[in-house]
Amino acid sequence: MNWPETRNVKETNMRQLFTFIRKEFLQVLRDRKTLLMLFGLPIAQIVLFGFALSNEIKDSRIALVDYSKDAITTRLIGKIEASHYFDIRRSLAGAEQLNAAFKRGDIRMAVIFPQNFGDDLIHTGKATLQVIADASDPNQATTITNYLESIVTDYNAELAKDAQQSLQIQPEVQMLYNPELRGAPNFVPGVMALVLMLVCTMMTSVAIVREKELGTMEILLVSPFKPIYIIIAKLAPNLLISIVNLFIILVLSDVFLDLPVKGSVFLLVGCSILFILTCLSIGLLLSINAKTQQAAMMGSLMGMMLPTMLLTGFLFPIENMPVALQVLANLVPSRWYFIIIKQVMMKGLGFASVWKETLILAGMCTLLFTISLRNFKIRLQ
Amino acid sequence: MKTLVFLLEKEFRQLLRNRQLLRTLLLAPLIQLILLPLAADYSVKNINIAVTDNDHSPSSQRLIAKITASGYFRLTGYTASYPAALKMVEQDKADLALQIPAHFERDLVRENTKQLYIAINAIEGTKANLGGAYLRSIIGDFNDDLRVQWNMMTETGQGNAISASAGQDDPPQVSVASSNWYNPFLNFHLYMVPAILVTLVTAIAAMQSAFNIVQEKESGTIEQINVSPIKKHIFIIGKMIPFLALGILLFTMGLLVGRLLYGIVPVGSLLVLYVSLVVYLFAMLGLGLLLATYSNTQMQAMSLSFFFINIFNMMSGVFTSIDSMPGWAQAIVFTFPPSHFIKIMRTVVLKGSGFSDIMPELWAMAAIGVFLNTWAVLNYRKTA
Repeated sequence: MNWPETRNVKETNMRQLFTFIRKEFLQVLRDRKTLLMLFGLPIAQIVLFGFALSNEIKDSRIALVDYSKDAITTRLIGKIEASHYFDIRRSLAGAEQLNAAFKRGDIRMAVIFPQNFGDDLIHTGKATLQVIADASDPNQATTITNYLESIVTDYNAELAKDAQQSLQIQPEVQMLYNPELRGAPNFVPGVMALVLMLVCTMMTSVAIVREKELGTMEILLVSPFKPIYIIIAKLAPNLLISIVNLFIILVLSDVFLDLPVKGSVFLLVGCSILFILTCLSIGLLLSINAKTQQAAMMGSLMGMMLPTMLLTGFLFPIENMPVALQVLANLVPSRWYFIIIKQVMMKGLGFASVWKETLILAGMCTLLFTISLRNFKIRLQ
Repeated sequence: MKTLVFLLEKEFRQLLRNRQLLRTLLLAPLIQLILLPLAADYSVKNINIAVTDNDHSPSSQRLIAKITASGYFRLTGYTASYPAALKMVEQDKADLALQIPAHFERDLVRENTKQLYIAINAIEGTKANLGGAYLRSIIGDFNDDLRVQWNMMTETGQGNAISASAGQDDPPQVSVASSNWYNPFLNFHLYMVPAILVTLVTAIAAMQSAFNIVQEKESGTIEQINVSPIKKHIFIIGKMIPFLALGILLFTMGLLVGRLLYGIVPVGSLLVLYVSLVVYLFAMLGLGLLLATYSNTQMQAMSLSFFFINIFNMMSGVFTSIDSMPGWAQAIVFTFPPSHFIKIMRTVVLKGSGFSDIMPELWAMAAIGVFLNTWAVLNYRKTA
């Protein structure tokens, strides 16, 4: 009998594993089109979103209706024009045209100076200007109304200078971490979490189903190959691609978006790999349970994309959500990863400030991987 | 024509047969539509504030009480020193820090002016903007109250001699009367639900048509169709109609959910909405088709459609305003069909806009649709 000796079994297993990993890499590398997409698309997104997205509200289109047309309204209009918050699109002749302009979406807000505005101010010491905001977007309405009010407050302060205003409190505001209120410091960590999560999950979700669909799974299962090796071999190329993606993103945000890693790069990369592994495990779970590639992809896209987008916390604050959703948000790995990137990359804090998040990610990763391992069926139906 | 009917029968059968897929296609968007608007709430409340009161005067106490009573702010820290408050901002336990310096009240009375220090975590732009604006307006109100009180005190306590210098004749004031049209209660759901519905329809329409064709490529059945005398455009129309129907069904379900759950009744006419929907689906199915002609495997189709959908979701004005993007980005966004449809949805549902108001968007979508579909048909080769 020529059975291999027991001490050689381990070695043989390792060799098998490496052969299999090599096969997976070859398969991935051979498909140039997919490879180009896997690298090109995340990069394009980071650059596009980093430059284009911003929460700052400026250049809002507004309409002015001036029934008074005196020196004071001209002065106020001049002040409104001078601010970069507003883009005065048209001076309407009358308020009747407002509804039409709002309905076409031409303007976001209208400022109306009633008749005798200046006279009232001079003679009675009081004048009221009317502001109508298109509140279909509530935040924009609130913000631009606030901007306008602050312009009027400035004007009042000017008026008051002659009258010697008493007891003036002067708030001095300092914008920390992001003084120019750029969108990128918030969106880059968010998009990083989003892109890594989706790319990892999707790539992996297809991996095992594809073998099932093509019928090659049968061959793998009848071979003397341990199921765990199949899984490891499937994950290896995806892990590598994701890590390369991560480095490209970090370099891009440093070079193009002026967002260097302020904290320890080592810590950030370590946490990122942990996050990537978690996402790969989710993909694995999806892949094991889906019957077709299409179902797996739909599951990872429909099931992951919007929840990740919304529950990560970079678009909407989690503390505003109903309690049930806050609990749900805790289950989304990208939520924790997003906090880690913000703390380490943007604020430059150390491990002490993110140990909790790291621990949660590690727990999720272990749990998901164990479940998928348990669910991996070694028999075909 | 007869060929088309047979093709449609085949497509619908295939679609209806795959229960797992059908479930995902219909249920996943619905569940999301039910849950997500709850998450997409950006009404700014619960801004966490850390306060350092180095003054401990009645005035500083009143200011803090006024801030916490406003309903926008949640006092999460009352620290002894300003660095400690800043530390809380650093650890994300507070969004902004306010310092009331020592001798605030005394200096305010003596020197007639005094600073307050505010530090805002500006990583999150909207919160920083609105939080800062709210805090400033509360401080402004407080300032006015203080003045009135001070004037009264000086008048009653020390007679008229001093009150004249402290501003008996008030300076002229311009006040602002603001009103919010179309959404007077600033309900965020009204704004988000129509847009989220569009993103869900987008995902189904653009992706499924791409997948469907690529699946035929992968399984080899497209060869059989290619060798048959079925004309290119008939084949493509046959692929499009089922997904058009699916999109309309999904959209209708979404409108119902919006109505039953969030009480959103479109102000405008349903006809305008559905006409726009069909034009929109035409454009998006064209995109799906185009992607299908460029991919050989489902994996490729998926990566490509994922790329587009992600970009559409992030840049079409669902979450952030298109107006505040740089000019080049606005030009790019103009070529995205969802940006137009989202605008149409929002204006029709909230403001009741009619055809004449949304014509520019409708034309833009139609033009993009014709362009994409022509490109797709030209690029689709019956030879493998």
